[in-house]
Amino acid sequence: MNLDIRYPIGYLFLVIGTILVVYGVVSDPAIYAVHSLGVNINLWWGAFQIVFGGVMVGLARRGARKKDGEG
Amino acid sequence: MQSVIHFGRLDYLIVCIYFVFVLGIGWMLRRSMKGSGDFLMSGHRIPGWVAGLAFLSANLGAQEVMGMGAQGAKYGIMTSHFYWVGAIPAMVFLGVFMMPFYYGSKARSVPEYLKLRFDEKTRGFNAFSFAVMTIFSSGISMYAMAKLMGLLLGWSFEGSIAISALIVLVYIFLGGLTSAIYNEVLQFFMIVFGFAPLVFLGLRDVGGWSGLKAKLADVATSQGYAPGAWSEAWRHIGSPSQNPMGVEWFGLVMGLGFVLSFGYWCTDFLVVQRALAAPTMTAARRTPLIAAVPKMFFPFLVILPGMIAIVLTYQASKGATGGFALPAKNGSYDYDLVVPYMLGHYFPTGMLGLGMTALMASFMSGMAGNVTAFNTVWTYDIYQTYFARDKPDAHYLLVARMATVFGIALSIATAYMAAAYNNIMDVLQLVFAFVNAPLFATFLLGMFWKRATGHGAFWGLVLGTAAAAAHHGLTIPFGETSLVKGGWLGAVLHTYPSSMAQNFWTALFAWTVCFGSTIAISLATASKKTDAQLRGLVWSLTPHEDRDEGSLPFWKRIAPFGALVIVLTLLLNLVFW
Repeated sequence: MNLDIRYPIGYLFLVIGTILVVYGVVSDPAIYAVHSLGVNINLWWGAFQIVFGGVMVGLARRGARKKDGEG
Repeated sequence: MQSVIHFGRLDYLIVCIYFVFVLGIGWMLRRSMKGSGDFLMSGHRIPGWVAGLAFLSANLGAQEVMGMGAQGAKYGIMTSHFYWVGAIPAMVFLGVFMMPFYYGSKARSVPEYLKLRFDEKTRGFNAFSFAVMTIFSSGISMYAMAKLMGLLLGWSFEGSIAISALIVLVYIFLGGLTSAIYNEVLQFFMIVFGFAPLVFLGLRDVGGWSGLKAKLADVATSQGYAPGAWSEAWRHIGSPSQNPMGVEWFGLVMGLGFVLSFGYWCTDFLVVQRALAAPTMTAARRTPLIAAVPKMFFPFLVILPGMIAIVLTYQASKGATGGFALPAKNGSYDYDLVVPYMLGHYFPTGMLGLGMTALMASFMSGMAGNVTAFNTVWTYDIYQTYFARDKPDAHYLLVARMATVFGIALSIATAYMAAAYNNIMDVLQLVFAFVNAPLFATFLLGMFWKRATGHGAFWGLVLGTAAAAAHHGLTIPFGETSLVKGGWLGAVLHTYPSSMAQNFWTALFAWTVCFGSTIAISLATASKKTDAQLRGLVWSLTPHEDRDEGSLPFWKRIAPFGALVIVLTLLLNLVFW
């Protein structure tokens, strides 16, 4: 298959994670008191998504290099 | 329409980004679709872990996710039986014992296996009922999504239907089964990332598992059950009156754990198709086992929010303020809205977008999974069999693409029908339940008893379906009066404590009748297949080398993997006993 699914998964969570982190930094902390028990869930969970997305893209790149090495 | 959840511009942005990725995957795959095999079977090129997650996700439609949340609120941790009893054992059985015959037979679909093993009429029965069922399920998914989005976000019914239908149409039309599988994997991660923080925040709110348990005890005693009825999975099923589900252990283990669960996971082409897309026999057998690992932990993701919601709702009814309460409906609660309401309660703008996108993603992949399964059965089992047998492959690729278009068109029609006549949908759902109930008996005998004949299989299925209908028509759940719930044959011979108990026993009756009559009719009719024809289709006639795992190290083999999955599941049952 021409497309390694780890790329779209990785990029999707990199993009969404970044948006959430940025919003987590600039948003009014009051919304977290109303909804998420005072936890800035956008910031923390967004950061985790960036890590996850990065790992996925990393794995896909490693997979592509391995394939090139074999071929 | 007035919206219930405040959906900000940022949330819409996240939804749009997701849609772009979904369509992008279809676009990237368009060049790989060179023949009908690429389009309908992914050319057997799907890596094992991808097939495994898709296998899990294909079943993880939004109705499933929201339904599990609803049941978590209604029945507590006992809902996990739908996973630990009603899914994992069957998934392991499929991988270890049945997949060698599906994959080894080179059948392109489950109905085609029935053709190879039995005869044309058995295949036809299965193929037609399955094709109608997939269209119906896809339409129901579409309808449910449009209704929910209208209620939560104020979207118009027509708009929701148009958007979801168009997106699914485009990505399947371009990328076929591969596109559907890839998007199912994407959806799996969306669900995990969208729901995990909900569980985290909810548990934190109620004081962790121990706090939740203590508070669930109040909920249970207020309804007249033992304090542990919501937090202990096995201790309260000695009799139906002890648990809110109204079931007893035999009906649960045999009806759900054996008949319904094996009937679904081991014979439904929608899930089996994902495993058939794997490149090798071993990878195909491993697919349901890989799926079983996250599956066993899914109760924590989808059932816990319901359990937390019922605690918060109970506290609110006792005067606690500022918390969460389920909306009321007909004097009770509208349990189906547990999950989206919890998302709206705990998630601020941003995370809310992600959570709602995860929900939409699972609605759409519920549609896509059905459409891709329909495409294959329509093209190979119906069109190629009954309409045009010997055409070049390009012709069948075109037919498969067209099937996507009219499959989705029919789904839209179903969605509108569901909106106009709710009762017809209930009746249809019931009919499908009757057709599905006996199926596993046919496959079990087909794979493990070489003497089973085509006549035996076909009439066994017909009689099993009739037995399911008759049992349902002669019994009724306690307190129900509607004919859709049972008793439509005039006389009521037995009253079940709950409709769930009735379902389990309907399935048990259907299975037993199908099993018995298939054996009896097979013995009375001559087998038309020679032993050579049945090689690779029946256990006793398939040499062991055919499923040889070669030089694979012990830990990569199928049987140890399956055993490990079973042991872990047993442990989970013990922990939440």
